Amino acid sequence: MSTPTLTRQVFDIMDLNLWYGDHHALKNINFPINKKEVTAIIGPSGCGKSTFIKTLNLMINMVPKVKMTGEINFNEKNILDEKIDLVELRKNVGMVFQKGNPFPQSIYDNVAYGPRVHGITKKKHLDELVIKALMDVALWEEVKDRLTAPALGLSGGQQQRLCIARALATKPDVLLMDEPTSALDPISTLKIEELILELKEKYTIVIVTHNMQQASRVSDKTAFFLMGELIELDSTSTIFSNPKDSRTEGYITGRFG
Amino acid sequence: MQICIYPIMTYFRGVWCIMEKIIPAKERLTKSSKNRMDGELRGKILVILCAVIMISATISITIFLGTKGLQSFIKNGVSLIEFLTSTHWNPTNQASPEYGALPFIFGSFAVTFLAALIAAPLGIGAAIFMTEIAPSWGRKILQPVVELLVGIPSVVYGFIGLTVLVPFVRAHVGGLGFSLLSGMIVLSVMILPTITSIATDAMGTLPKNLREGSYALGATRWQTIRKVLIPAALPGLLTAVVLGMARAFGEALAVQMVIGNVRNLPSSILDASATLTTIITLNMGHTTYGSVENNTLWSMGLILLVMSFAFILLIRYLSSRRKL
Repeated sequence: MSTPTLTRQVFDIMDLNLWYGDHHALKNINFPINKKEVTAIIGPSGCGKSTFIKTLNLMINMVPKVKMTGEINFNEKNILDEKIDLVELRKNVGMVFQKGNPFPQSIYDNVAYGPRVHGITKKKHLDELVIKALMDVALWEEVKDRLTAPALGLSGGQQQRLCIARALATKPDVLLMDEPTSALDPISTLKIEELILELKEKYTIVIVTHNMQQASRVSDKTAFFLMGELIELDSTSTIFSNPKDSRTEGYITGRFG
Repeated sequence: MQICIYPIMTYFRGVWCIMEKIIPAKERLTKSSKNRMDGELRGKILVILCAVIMISATISITIFLGTKGLQSFIKNGVSLIEFLTSTHWNPTNQASPEYGALPFIFGSFAVTFLAALIAAPLGIGAAIFMTEIAPSWGRKILQPVVELLVGIPSVVYGFIGLTVLVPFVRAHVGGLGFSLLSGMIVLSVMILPTITSIATDAMGTLPKNLREGSYALGATRWQTIRKVLIPAALPGLLTAVVLGMARAFGEALAVQMVIGNVRNLPSSILDASATLTTIITLNMGHTTYGSVENNTLWSMGLILLVMSFAFILLIRYLSSRRKL
């Protein structure tokens, strides 16, 4: 691999294998992820796409009896190394979940949670970070008059954008999104998709989605997973117009999955 | 069409075999619904009866305790102000009987709050240990321990307190040993399982995605527990503490055995004292029904009832604030 391409990569996954107990859930995954690109991961349920995205910030370690081999290089450091600083990793690799999961606290406290955890206590600094994050997700105008109101009073779409803001407030390099719109209505979904296109100017985004139209709308690269294997990884236009593997073609044309 | 008929056919096969004739669909349906309605009605009456018995039992106890408890003030002319504020309790003095129950009211509140002060951190800590730190083996060990603590009868707690705790306090802390301190320790052990099990439920029912959200932001386990989980579970945790306090407030036997039962207001934690419940159990036997002293005991019972209503209201208020 030549040096210029290497510097463009934020993640480089090599020969990743993962087992849940005896179940071999990810098989020999080799997956480079480029800086400031949106990478979509598609595939049928149970294909390992959620498992894969959770390995990138090691949230997978919360599942008991997980075993991994191979390398996940993040900024050229293998995060499967025992010595990795998990706090630092998760500060740099933010995550947004399937269903908006704001804490039962105020809107402000939700966004300020990450920075506070990482030791920022100055009110002025926190204010700046919170406002910036809320502006980044286009929520500022909607909530600026009620920052102290409980976050659970927001609508589903607003809650999900709040969770994105919460993840952005720690200033990550990478944003992982695990089916971020699957619990949202079409208009909220549209807003999140527009947001992804804006955020990719500043962040590397990895998004797992069940919705192939969504993958084709928002992503630069698309990866197709099937039964724990990475079948195909290519530019989104190639995957959707001219896939090399017949299984990819079968899936995107709706023959199975 | 076939799929639709199939369950009806099998359902009525038994009926058809006996009657050997085809009953029109309409009749079958109305007949079966009539049978079902009979069962409905019987079940409904049964459960309504259960509810009515429970409600009427509660109401009649409340009314009885209310009338008995108020008699000392209305019929015997004991001053309510004196009863609640005076520290002199001497109902057997023929010339000028005194009915000041403040020392006992104070004693009840004192042991309750002091017991909660010990048991709340312990119980909540154990709950966090079981749900967050060691969900598998921690729960396996602590759950039976908690259940065992519930199962020990209060007289046994009192007996242990009397034989072990009272001499220990006397030898190592000071005073007679019979004291508020002994009462509070015995009570805190008794309410610990209540607080632990309800707090465990409160922590355990928090949605998993709260933990995920916090960990994904780089928070450590302790930060997650302190800044997300405890605030989120707070109404439930407070409910646990209040229920524990309600139990402590009403406990009589074990406290009576270690608290000393004197009629003076205690001036320190090492002083002997008495509570509403201990005075009732001690004096119920040797006062005549209908006498002033007996009636004042009923008044104390009424105070206990009013307090338990207050605890229930507090719990209701707390659980209405539960957001998740």
